[in-house]
Amino acid sequence: MKQNFLRGLKHGVPIGLGYLSVSFTFGMKAVADGLTPLQALLISMTNLTSAGQFAGLPLIIAQSSLIEAALTQFIINLRYALMSLSLSQKLDRDMNTPRRMFFSFSNTDEIFAVASSQPGKVGHVYLYGLMLAPYIGWAMGTLLGAVAGQLLPEFVRTALGIAIYGMFLAIILPPARKEHPVRVVVLIAVALSLCFRYIPMLSGVSSGFVIIICAVAASALGAVLFPVKEGDA
Amino acid sequence: MSWSNYLPYLIVMAGVTYLIRMLPLTVFRREIKSVFVKSFLHYVPYAVLGAMTFPDVMYSTGSLWTALAGLIVAVVMAWRGRSLLTVAIGACLAVAAAQAVMLVL
Repeated sequence: MKQNFLRGLKHGVPIGLGYLSVSFTFGMKAVADGLTPLQALLISMTNLTSAGQFAGLPLIIAQSSLIEAALTQFIINLRYALMSLSLSQKLDRDMNTPRRMFFSFSNTDEIFAVASSQPGKVGHVYLYGLMLAPYIGWAMGTLLGAVAGQLLPEFVRTALGIAIYGMFLAIILPPARKEHPVRVVVLIAVALSLCFRYIPMLSGVSSGFVIIICAVAASALGAVLFPVKEGDA
Repeated sequence: MSWSNYLPYLIVMAGVTYLIRMLPLTVFRREIKSVFVKSFLHYVPYAVLGAMTFPDVMYSTGSLWTALAGLIVAVVMAWRGRSLLTVAIGACLAVAAAQAVMLVL
């Protein structure tokens, strides 16, 4: 019991450290854009999702419609549905409904990746240990960035602005290198995104909808051109 | 920002994100059969992150040149399969170095 918890905790520490640095830039950006440190912290404590939070921030600042905010989160975080489905096949019998409801809150890309790479089934004790350090790292990093981010010298703050994109590239590029279809889908999404930015007629579309349109169009095209064979996904 | 302008977004964002994670883990529990839906879901994360990264990464540092330096380093490191944290730190260091070079020039 205790051993399983500690094993999970140990697996979660590197994830927590990574989150600390990325959420630091989120906290810093949120405060620079006009939120209070407490407001930035609450977003991280209730959302626990990097891409969703970074995409949601400009929507809050611009007071976009709540429909746009909901749809943006839905599309950006749709991948979690797939991960949750996949992980549900791997859960131990001791994972009853309340425990599933509790753990699912923390099913991030990295926690999912570690949990599904474990041999055999995973139970609630291990998963609770696993989710602890990432959650604390994500919340603490946000608070630190929100409170202390503005104290850093400007050239450091400027340099940190690119951190989140470095993380995104580290997620996209390895599979894009290996799988031709992923490469094509990414290039289509990027090309569409560039169109929405630089073609005057299209540049009025707000940021949330741009992500939705690019992602849905590129993924649908990918699904038609390169259907994933059984066992690939 | 005032709490009345902020709270509705907090609730909507947290609610949507939680439901997406929670429902498939507790309610459905069955496998998706449609090849199209499966393939679509397989590609979504990469398309989302691609569209979020470009062209925004070029404006993330306030200068196209320092951003380009960070982008090149991030692409090379990510292409070689370095971890998330390593790539993020590498990109930041490249931007810092480019800023220093720009100061000297």
